Amino acid sequence: MLVDPGLLEATLTTALAGGGDFAEVFVEDRRSSSARLDDGRIEELVSGRERGAGVRVVRGETTGFAHTSDLGPAGLADAARAAASAAAASATGTTRQVALGGPGREATPDVVVLPESVPKATKIEMLKRADDAARSEGGAIRSVSAGYAEGRRRILVANSDGLIASDDRIRTRFSVQAVASGDAGMQTGYDAPGRTMGFEFYDEFAVDEIARRAARQAITLLDSVPAPSGKVPVVLKRGAGGVLFHEACGHGLEADLVERDASVFAGKVGERVAAAGVTLIDDGTFAREWGTFAIDDEGQPARSNTLIDDGILTDYMWDLVRARKAGRVSSGNGRRETYQELPMVRMTNTYLAAGDTDPEAIIADTDFGVYCVQLGGGQVNTATGDFVFGVTEGYLIEGGKITRPIRAAQLIGNGPAALRDIDAIGNDFATWTGMCGKSGQSVPVSSGQPTLRVGGLTIGGTAA
Amino acid sequence: MSREPVDLLALCRGIAASAAPGEEIEAFAVRTRETDIEVFGGHVESLSVAGIDGVGVRVVANGRQGFAWAGSLDDDVVRDTVADARDNATFAEPDEWSGLATEADVAGVERARLDLWRDDLLAVPTEAKVAFALELDRVLGAADARLRAVESASYGDGAVETALANSHGIEASLRRTVCSASASALAGEGDRTQSGYGFSVGRTFDELNLDAIVAMAVERTTRLLGARQVPGRRLAVILDPLVTASFLGVLSAAFNGESMLKGRSLFQGREGEQIAAPGVRLVDDPTDPTMMGATPHDAEGVPCRRNELVADGVLQRFLHNTATARRAGCATTGSATRGGFKSTPGVGIRALALESGPKSPAQILADAGDALYVQSVSGLHSGTNPISGDFSVGAEGLVVRDGAFAEPVREVTIASTLPRMLLDIVDIGSDLTRLPGSTAGQTVLIAEMTMSGS
Repeated sequence: MLVDPGLLEATLTTALAGGGDFAEVFVEDRRSSSARLDDGRIEELVSGRERGAGVRVVRGETTGFAHTSDLGPAGLADAARAAASAAAASATGTTRQVALGGPGREATPDVVVLPESVPKATKIEMLKRADDAARSEGGAIRSVSAGYAEGRRRILVANSDGLIASDDRIRTRFSVQAVASGDAGMQTGYDAPGRTMGFEFYDEFAVDEIARRAARQAITLLDSVPAPSGKVPVVLKRGAGGVLFHEACGHGLEADLVERDASVFAGKVGERVAAAGVTLIDDGTFAREWGTFAIDDEGQPARSNTLIDDGILTDYMWDLVRARKAGRVSSGNGRRETYQELPMVRMTNTYLAAGDTDPEAIIADTDFGVYCVQLGGGQVNTATGDFVFGVTEGYLIEGGKITRPIRAAQLIGNGPAALRDIDAIGNDFATWTGMCGKSGQSVPVSSGQPTLRVGGLTIGGTAA
Repeated sequence: MSREPVDLLALCRGIAASAAPGEEIEAFAVRTRETDIEVFGGHVESLSVAGIDGVGVRVVANGRQGFAWAGSLDDDVVRDTVADARDNATFAEPDEWSGLATEADVAGVERARLDLWRDDLLAVPTEAKVAFALELDRVLGAADARLRAVESASYGDGAVETALANSHGIEASLRRTVCSASASALAGEGDRTQSGYGFSVGRTFDELNLDAIVAMAVERTTRLLGARQVPGRRLAVILDPLVTASFLGVLSAAFNGESMLKGRSLFQGREGEQIAAPGVRLVDDPTDPTMMGATPHDAEGVPCRRNELVADGVLQRFLHNTATARRAGCATTGSATRGGFKSTPGVGIRALALESGPKSPAQILADAGDALYVQSVSGLHSGTNPISGDFSVGAEGLVVRDGAFAEPVREVTIASTLPRMLLDIVDIGSDLTRLPGSTAGQTVLIAEMTMSGS
């Protein structure tokens, strides 16, 4: 246990000493380690450590928050008093004694090999192997950079409802970027899978495969033609487009944005918001995925939540404080980047469920369009649903066949419109690993989808 | 707080002094104190008062560099962090150019005397800050009948102290305050909703201008009401000052000496060549105290100076820290930057801006005649290839017809290449707008881009 239960009780009691509806202590101990290879040379190894606690006090509509890196009685008491005074400088209330429930279940991570137990030399050797593998794809590869990353985050949450719960999250990720040079300039390729797993991750994801994929992408794009402009059918390869639905639809289904009337999905539960056959799920329990955990950062168990069921909007995602206000249970979507921040509604692993069409048939059925194999980052205005995404690997579809690679393409559209415009859903599936930013906080998430087609999205290319 | 605050410079000196023979050590320590207030629906939604302490330690031995950081300044944690950095160094591969700043690197440039700290910010009671945020929410909500709601109103301030010391005797410390407020409004219904924001930034509370935030949010929200997709074509584009600043942020990678050495700069080997329209001057000047990124010394303790990157359209230089300068065979430009105590120094800008021209934004519109005025762009980082310079980004704004704003536009993309855009600069406005980040921008007219739409 990071902090003794008796001290947690005392901290919560101090936090509520001046009144308040709810108090919480979030304790975190985080270790991370990374190594980077660039230009054929191991540049640097970095280790980091951080521990501390955040205390929040909710009083009426106001949340007061303070944090400390001192996990001793004095540091926690100071943070509790600061949070309490932030929550309500003027009001008075009755003192409450907080008693925690039975001893919290100590989370036992489902990890076979702790990354920290593996010698640094082994990790270095993997980076060099990736460098060799990427360069072996061809002389056009000009430069390669590769990154190894591991992180362990132990958390402990206690609140004035008597809850005490803990989690131990271990994440592993490997990334490769390759730059290829040809007659028409330079192109880059990138691949960076990650999972909530230990070092056994590498039994599933061979570093040479990751490297070769990045290198092949860069080389392929050397022959790319400028992307067309205008509204065309877009086929998203399995895994490639989940991030689009994460950004363009998922964020609009977060209860905090809905509450602010800053979502196009506000007030639409029970209504049709997507084409028949479209089912959108956010699943914090998805085995070993990048956005998976046992409990969220408010101590609530992770859940699988169906947000859109066969085209009908069924529910939003909730954190604890907003769920309490709405008189319902949290959906297990309360997350925060570190103990230094307040939790808010965040996605976990968000995916569109598979359909029953053969993905090959979807392409064959498309006379002219764009086939997206990888999307880069994107951005969405949740109030309007308008989104924009860079296509980092894409091809023209001509006469039902994938033909030439395209470059410098940007997809723009509107989330709700794209959901309604899905006209083919494949029977395959894959996920994508990413970091999701919201209000300055970044958390690990994954997204997924089968190969599918959106009837029309605007592609902004540079072809004349 | 219960513990006496640690003297940051003394802590860093102590760490630097623990260097073994043949070893270089640098310590960088940070302490921040921040207040953040979020208001929604007429009440304070959250108020957080918090501070962070941390230290980053770099060890270089036999050309091998190791790094470790910790979010604590406790003695035992600091000891473990130094040991981790030392161990990490043994696994890195030697780089003949690696090393810390020395006396030679700091000689010759006077350290600017900048007044970046305001004691009075620390004296402002939290109640006054809360009152400001509540008032901002109230005034914006009542400012214009076309607004449907205030999406958010917030206030934030910070007092940051940093110290650095290395085993060559280089030392530097700094204190600065910053204070900002912003608000965002919504107008229009359903999928015709528009949102826009306004902000104000300064070094202390009194510098914030509530009315300016409200006016900016109202203008940016309401002028886009009824925006629609329009047919694509090639046309002149006018960039809003905030958009210009965003583009400069993306463009800055091309002037980065580290990227240049790794063959990843657009302007590889083009010093002395014309890379922008004649008359264009681009400067990174961290010694200008009016820029929010101002600082007297960089992340290695080297004095900052005014660096002219482009003069009369001609590429002058790349930016360097001590390691990239050694490798390039030139002197550091005092451009080491780091993302807090958790990372090693890289190379970056702090106060990048184009030199203003004589025209007001209205004159630029009038002279442009027909154009697309871009109020905001989205997907700038994902939509730009930093190596080839090709970009295609989402845009919203207004059609400019006969020199005046006409119908609003959304869901279009604009595309060109960064080198082409620099050469296509026609006019730079007189309206330099300073932002919380490391760039500032004016209204800028670009001769031509490709707009894609319906």
